[in-house]
Amino acid sequence: MNKRTITLSLTFLAQILSAEPSTASSGSGILLYSVVAVCAVLVVWAMLSLAGNLLKIEASKYGMDPEKNGIGIFPGVKDFFKPAKPGYINDGSFHLLTKGHDIKLAGEASGDIKPAHVTRFGINPKDFHGMSPIPKVILETGAEVKAGDILFYDKKRPEIMYAAPVSGEVVEIRRGEKRSIDEIVILADKTIKYKKFKIIDINKADRNEIVTFMLETGLWTLINERPFDVVPDIDSVPVNIFVSTFDTAPLAIDYNKVISGNEAVFQAGLDVLSKLTKRKVHFALASTGTTAPSSAFTNAMGAEKHWFKGPHPAGNVGIHIHHIAPIKGQDKVWTLGVQEVVTIGKMILTGEYHADRVVALTGSQLNNAGYVRTYQGAGLGDLLKNNLIGENNRVVSGDVLSGTKSSLDGFLGFRDDQVTVLKEGNEYELLGWLLPLTPRPSISGTIPSYGSDTKFEANTNTHGEKRAFVVSGQYESVLPMDIYPQHLMKAIITNNIEKMEALGLAELTEEDVALCEFVCTSKNPVQSILRQGLDSLKEQL
Amino acid sequence: MGLIDFLKSIEPDKKKSPLLHTAYDAFFTFAYAPDTVTKGGSHIKDGMDLKRLMVVVVISMQLCYLFGTYNIGHQHFVAAGQYLGFIEGFHLKLAHGLIKMLPIYIVSMVVGLGIEFYFAAKKGHAVEEGYLVTGALIPLIMPPDIPLWILTFSIIFAVIIGKEAFGGTGMNIWNIALLSRVFVFFAYPLTIAGDQCWISGFHKISGGAGADYGWFHTGFFNTIFEWMGLDTFNTATKVVDGFSGATPLALAYAGGWEKVTSVFSEGQMIWGAIPGSIGETSKVFIIIGALILLLTRVASWRIMAGMLIGLIGTTWILNALGSTPFMTVTWTQHLMMGSFLFAMAFMATDPVTASTTNRGKWIYGIFIGCIGIIIRVMNPAYPEGWMLAILFANTFAPTIDYFVIESNIKKRLSRA
Repeated sequence: MNKRTITLSLTFLAQILSAEPSTASSGSGILLYSVVAVCAVLVVWAMLSLAGNLLKIEASKYGMDPEKNGIGIFPGVKDFFKPAKPGYINDGSFHLLTKGHDIKLAGEASGDIKPAHVTRFGINPKDFHGMSPIPKVILETGAEVKAGDILFYDKKRPEIMYAAPVSGEVVEIRRGEKRSIDEIVILADKTIKYKKFKIIDINKADRNEIVTFMLETGLWTLINERPFDVVPDIDSVPVNIFVSTFDTAPLAIDYNKVISGNEAVFQAGLDVLSKLTKRKVHFALASTGTTAPSSAFTNAMGAEKHWFKGPHPAGNVGIHIHHIAPIKGQDKVWTLGVQEVVTIGKMILTGEYHADRVVALTGSQLNNAGYVRTYQGAGLGDLLKNNLIGENNRVVSGDVLSGTKSSLDGFLGFRDDQVTVLKEGNEYELLGWLLPLTPRPSISGTIPSYGSDTKFEANTNTHGEKRAFVVSGQYESVLPMDIYPQHLMKAIITNNIEKMEALGLAELTEEDVALCEFVCTSKNPVQSILRQGLDSLKEQL
Repeated sequence: MGLIDFLKSIEPDKKKSPLLHTAYDAFFTFAYAPDTVTKGGSHIKDGMDLKRLMVVVVISMQLCYLFGTYNIGHQHFVAAGQYLGFIEGFHLKLAHGLIKMLPIYIVSMVVGLGIEFYFAAKKGHAVEEGYLVTGALIPLIMPPDIPLWILTFSIIFAVIIGKEAFGGTGMNIWNIALLSRVFVFFAYPLTIAGDQCWISGFHKISGGAGADYGWFHTGFFNTIFEWMGLDTFNTATKVVDGFSGATPLALAYAGGWEKVTSVFSEGQMIWGAIPGSIGETSKVFIIIGALILLLTRVASWRIMAGMLIGLIGTTWILNALGSTPFMTVTWTQHLMMGSFLFAMAFMATDPVTASTTNRGKWIYGIFIGCIGIIIRVMNPAYPEGWMLAILFANTFAPTIDYFVIESNIKKRLSRA
């Protein structure tokens, strides 16, 4: 605001004041006083801002940048809302997220990582979005494989090959509807044999060589491309690569545990990634705890660090992308998890496909929640042997919000590193909507909170039936992004492709809106609606 | 055999009698939360559902119901010049209130839910809970002497034209309860206009007009009261001379705040012992209801705050102009009269018809506050503006959202 506007507004107020005394009633008294008060504030403000500007002129005479050094009389808006930044953050940007919700569930994994005795492993082609229903399986039942051998490829993209996580015998190719392939099951050897690949020198190799190497070794399939959450095309060049080093989902795995002992391979993996992107590798770290994350993360080189603090979904890579460098236009970005980066690093250093995974076994229906070390696609029946409470359980590969419904007969999802076991909620509840007799997680103010430390034994009951959208503002309150999820959902339901794209569909995947689905009063299937939108958007491209 | 087995055993066949099955399903899901489990996506769900949401709103207006019922009786006897103290003649006032209130409530529920069940059965989906709140709101915003046939027509109009025609709960553009009120207002202006409708139980509101007691007064309740040795309804009851039945707003329009306070004290207005629509008189109980809605985060605080800002701002401007007595009334005095608080707590915050974006909610609230007070102060025909202001804002809510969302879209495009 300049002097002219101030003078004008003061003259205007003076005119109102001079007109006022003719109708001096009790009601206009308040008006008179408030106008005087506003005037006084304006005058003081004008004086202060004049002084502040003089100070800035003086500072720039001494060669200081007033904006950068924060010179001026007024404290910046940011100074009032200084984020609660933990002391251990020395470098990188800091993001404080306020929206979201932490669902506290019973059955958190703790303790040391134990070896798991798993004999059967399975890779499910349906874990990859956009895969044709019947991919070409190279090996027949009965064939011997080594870890790193090619199992199958998609006929649409034969260059991208999917590798076996363990060595052993292909014992079964499970088929589902219309002969589509559900799982390729391997009975694992006691000691895993690895296929030997020729190591390339990352520092000398150019991008094409690295891409070819990754395609041959199956490392390419570890990369997730956004938008759409797919394995990238071979000619895809990402603008940025994002690695999230923490997971805020309910009962999620603690990557600080995974990384200890793997510092060097992790760094080697990051070095590979930095060769593949147009711009940068971005690296998101948790600043929620009182202590700093593992030094493998804080000391990582060649990646730009970003600290995030806030409730779930603060750990989701989609949230990080939105706050660090949002996807523009037709841009593509890649995302990888910590354990995938470790696998890439091990391949670079040893020439072997080490698909070992630390998995968190969690949930209220387990006798012992804890960490185990196994391989990609571990059989859930083996993983959970002698550990289940009761029979009526839901076995989820992944977390409770966006994991895949599975069974003891199923296998760990390709990118999953968590198994959650919950009680099925297939019971009628007398006046359940009115009197919630058993504690249940909720963001609603109408349900008692039972104290902030309560760990809920949530079940899979829907707690109500599906209804039309009624409540507004609910999704927005758990999605820390500048996006209107409810309007986006309506655009998808009405199949308005232009609008869904404009509203930011490309910035989201299922895990980002999982919390919206959880809180939805009308019990709408938000994640499957979103996938429906992503599919129709992908068809348009 | 448990209750649930009994309920299951009487389930009607869905194909043979869809209407019966719909009705059964609606009641059964009230008795028992269903055993459905998640299919994928989020494996756990929030304990909140639409039934609970709606019931919280209904609970929050219960004090208005209690007070409103009693106040019908109180106003009746004030007009007759009897039992002028608020709790004098308690049993008579309560009895008269119930005689007036219960039929209105029953008609509202039976007619509205009947239509709702019919359409749910026709469309083949479960009964949505939206009408629970609408059906509870409608009696509160009607004048106590409303003829039941007019009420019936208004509900049929509101539910069919206002809601089912647009696709049912969640799809309507205008607030259903207000739509039924506006139907009465425009279709039967003689019934609802002027000062005649706010006092019940007389043939006419003018000095000397006799009481209009029916069998429930003279037969049912008088028998009970006689047996208990209490005062009874006296058929010779007449409206006292000089009683006009005017509401504070009508008085304020005629002569500003001074004329209002010459008839009603501020305490009477705040507690609600004044004539008006059934549930909107007691400011204290409405504020308690509003607090319940705010603390449980069921209603949007942004809309409520926006309305208050709109009211205060517009009142200041009107005060500054001050050309009629009503324009000099301050915003605190405006809060004591009429149904601003009721509209703010229960009507404007309807999430379906309000703006759905957070920024839009502010604009929507302020808009209602401004327009409502302008109608209240400037419109000579009918000195209350919230019904029309909210319906007007409902009409514009999608447009407000459109601009808020357009700005979000532009922001996203500017990144590219």
